[in-house]
Amino acid sequence: MAINWFKYSAPSTFYGLAGKLIPFFAWPAVILFGIGFYIGFFVAPTDAVQSEAYRIIFIHVPASILSMFIYLIMAGYAALGLIFKTRLSAMMASALAPTGALFAFISLWTGALWGKPMWGAWWVWDARLTSELILLFLYLGFIALQASIEDPRRADRASALLAIVGSVNVPIIYYSVQWWNTLHQGSTVKFSGTSMHIAMQQSMFIMLVACWLYAIAIAFSRVRSIILERESNTQWVKELTNTKGDQS
Amino acid sequence: MNWSEFFAMNGYAFYVWGSYGVTLLVFLIEIIAVRHRRKLALRQLRLMNESGDKE
Repeated sequence: MAINWFKYSAPSTFYGLAGKLIPFFAWPAVILFGIGFYIGFFVAPTDAVQSEAYRIIFIHVPASILSMFIYLIMAGYAALGLIFKTRLSAMMASALAPTGALFAFISLWTGALWGKPMWGAWWVWDARLTSELILLFLYLGFIALQASIEDPRRADRASALLAIVGSVNVPIIYYSVQWWNTLHQGSTVKFSGTSMHIAMQQSMFIMLVACWLYAIAIAFSRVRSIILERESNTQWVKELTNTKGDQS
Repeated sequence: MNWSEFFAMNGYAFYVWGSYGVTLLVFLIEIIAVRHRRKLALRQLRLMNESGDKE
């Protein structure tokens, strides 16, 4: 059962593999979003304190978790690309950045829409909110830095350094509610357990898995375009477009 | 529970649907952008192939 994993680290093989895998992530994501939404809105009870407004949690928490995890994975790929000079890892880092930025945006947006009715303010310069905003800026900085350097290899190196240095912000976001006196509430879900109603936990967990699957599917499909763009002068890409046209 | 009551979200409709609506919109925009990028990459490759054939 020896699978040659290194084979798939070549852009030419990964291109086809990613293409085959996308539906296996995309369709379960759609189904789980549906199930998570159903449980969150039709099974989970109304909150005693926050009434119906608390239902924002089912998208706010998964989006926030994803914004942090995707950053760490992006920085990990960028570091691999920097150390081992593997082309595919640098491409994966660039493919993850826009998706991570969008999850950071969703986290901030849903947080603002939740903060207004509960705290009376769309935004406060609280440690949790501010560090999440910095995360969004780090993603945007990574994307802008890559776009501003003409040579892709130099762009990869420069943006990898930014990604690695910026990853110090992720634990700051995570522990901000413990380290500082913040308006943002403490973690709803802790390693030691949670006080949430079972249906609320289920909805949040299912939405989290759905967001994960969505992120993988979209990153795979974006990396396929990046491979085509960067490998456009290689023989296999030329053959691909000559014979198959728009297919796979 | 009837539907208008459901959509009213006990007065929090703007905040709840504003959160889920924008999230859905962001996902749709990202999917369209990724498809567009693929289309552009393939068009660029076809142009390179055609100019290569003539040489």
